[in-house]
Amino acid sequence: MTHLLEVNNLQVNFKTYGGEVKAVRDVSFHLDKGEILAIVGESGSGKSVTVQTLMGLIPTPPGKIKNGEILFEGQDLLKLSKKAMRQVKGSKMSMVFQDPMTSLNPTMKVGKQIEESILTHQNVSKSEAKEKAIEMIRLVGINNPQERHGQYPHEFSGGMRQRIMTAIALACRPDILIADEPTTALDVTIQAQVLDLMKDLKDDLDTSILLITHDLGVVAETAERVAVMYGGVIVETGTVEEIFENPRHPYTWGLLESIPDVTGDEKKRLLPIEGSPPDLFSPPKGCPFAPRCKFAMEICAEEMPPPFEAGDGHEAKCWLNDPRAPQVEDLIAAGREPS
Amino acid sequence: MYIVKRILTMLITIWVIATLTFFVMKVIPGDPFASDADVLPPEVLENMRDKYNLDEPIAVQYVLYLRDLVTFDLGYSIQSQTRSVNAILADGATASALLGIQAMAIALVFGLLLGILAALNHNKIIDYVSMFIAIIGISVPSFILAPLLIKYFAVEWGLLPVASWGSWEHSILPSLALAASPLAVIARFMRSSMLEVMNQNYIRTADAKGLSTTKLVIRHGIRNAILPVVSFIGPLFVFLITGTFVIEKIFAVPGIGRYFVDSIFNRDYPVIMGTTIFFSVILVVTLFLIDISYRFIDPRIKLTSGGD
Repeated sequence: MTHLLEVNNLQVNFKTYGGEVKAVRDVSFHLDKGEILAIVGESGSGKSVTVQTLMGLIPTPPGKIKNGEILFEGQDLLKLSKKAMRQVKGSKMSMVFQDPMTSLNPTMKVGKQIEESILTHQNVSKSEAKEKAIEMIRLVGINNPQERHGQYPHEFSGGMRQRIMTAIALACRPDILIADEPTTALDVTIQAQVLDLMKDLKDDLDTSILLITHDLGVVAETAERVAVMYGGVIVETGTVEEIFENPRHPYTWGLLESIPDVTGDEKKRLLPIEGSPPDLFSPPKGCPFAPRCKFAMEICAEEMPPPFEAGDGHEAKCWLNDPRAPQVEDLIAAGREPS
Repeated sequence: MYIVKRILTMLITIWVIATLTFFVMKVIPGDPFASDADVLPPEVLENMRDKYNLDEPIAVQYVLYLRDLVTFDLGYSIQSQTRSVNAILADGATASALLGIQAMAIALVFGLLLGILAALNHNKIIDYVSMFIAIIGISVPSFILAPLLIKYFAVEWGLLPVASWGSWEHSILPSLALAASPLAVIARFMRSSMLEVMNQNYIRTADAKGLSTTKLVIRHGIRNAILPVVSFIGPLFVFLITGTFVIEKIFAVPGIGRYFVDSIFNRDYPVIMGTTIFFSVILVVTLFLIDISYRFIDPRIKLTSGGD
């Protein structure tokens, strides 16, 4: 079965004065039609770089795509010319960015910014484009679309701007919507609204969504499948249920434990994952999480674990899943407290 | 409402400038007739003083001056008594303004172009070459650049007239010489503004729409990068069109630049006042027009008469 989007062994480096940062080291994942895949990870784990590479937004230099392929409907986007790639971005694949306050052109009417995308990719007249733009503003749930069409970004609130960003991204009915931390800059009630909006539009327009986030609450609420990224590598991937109910990677355990519990009156300490993320100038040859892992074994520092199958579509890159590895329960019994 | 308020402020500004200039001018030691005192009989000098109200107390002179000023009468030059200051300014202003406008056009077109090209090719050879040109433009003074231009374009290659004024050809070299330094300033300013804008998130948004590079640069880049440049184009423009002493002297352009300097040497009171008021009126009006134009180029700016 071919996937709508398939990323294989993607490797992206950045040249800096301090050396070469290996931001994305070996990332493979796929996205099917109508699906929501969440990529989760902390800052610097390579999730944003991964999706910006998909969109061809990585400036080269300093960026360099060392290896890998990005198959969209079977065609490798990395092999496309700049011009051919421009026909894909904004049209078949589009993106909503993290900070709605700075992601819209301050001197251009929002309506024009939506029309621009329509006029670039569709063979329509200016008045048709305007009508479509107004329709998009209505679709993302903004009142008075007619009037709002002629306003500038500074006349919109953060949540409203993110709706406009969504309208821009969806204006050409793309097959894939990439949302790079779309709710990070918004307050919680607005976050929920924007996420609901995206889910609704996904159903209406039959768009697949690639959602980048570090918020597991957002993942649980929105996504169908999850890829957990750490140190430029996807360490675990599976359905939302599998990842939340049966996680197989110590980093995922840490993430899940670190979610603050707001139910009950009992005061609990927050549980952080001790240590700091790996130095991507010279990433470890073994598992990137090994130095912070409570259950690390000798092999973990020596060799990168292969993906271990843990059920249908559930894979974890962790040696603990090797049949030869000791049981985690035994390790805990031997004094290795899980956090 | 905003416009009325601004016009009132402008009038007050010009009154303050006129008052300050008037008294500062009187404080300078010397006398417009100092060099004539030995040759002219005392009666004639007396007569002259009377004509220019110089025999009155300073306060009275000031009031008389203001009275004339509101009727746009700037008086007669003391140095060349047959000419009114209005006529002197009117004669010279055409040449100076023409020169200034041409220089401004050259500086704007090439300065912006150079700055934009440099920014789009950041840290590449085009960037280095542009900024090298800009550094030269800023650091070579016009009194060196002007003779060099004359030496090559006029004397050695015989392409253009050496100096003087008349045909359009005469205005090319002085315009170039005058444009060099503002061109360099605009280029450097535009480059840094453009570099900043091209790193903004909304550029990435536009890129993600699949826009062509030309549209990306023009609609989203230049449009925003030019805003800060506009704010210093105003004063720059005023300095260029009100004549420059050095360039007009070297190329023998009959502009008003020399009056700014000569009038002070000669204590030619009416001309000192005239040039100063002429300059400040143009400056104040240009700044006003720039402020109004901001309303159209930057939608975030609203013109209000302001509370506090």
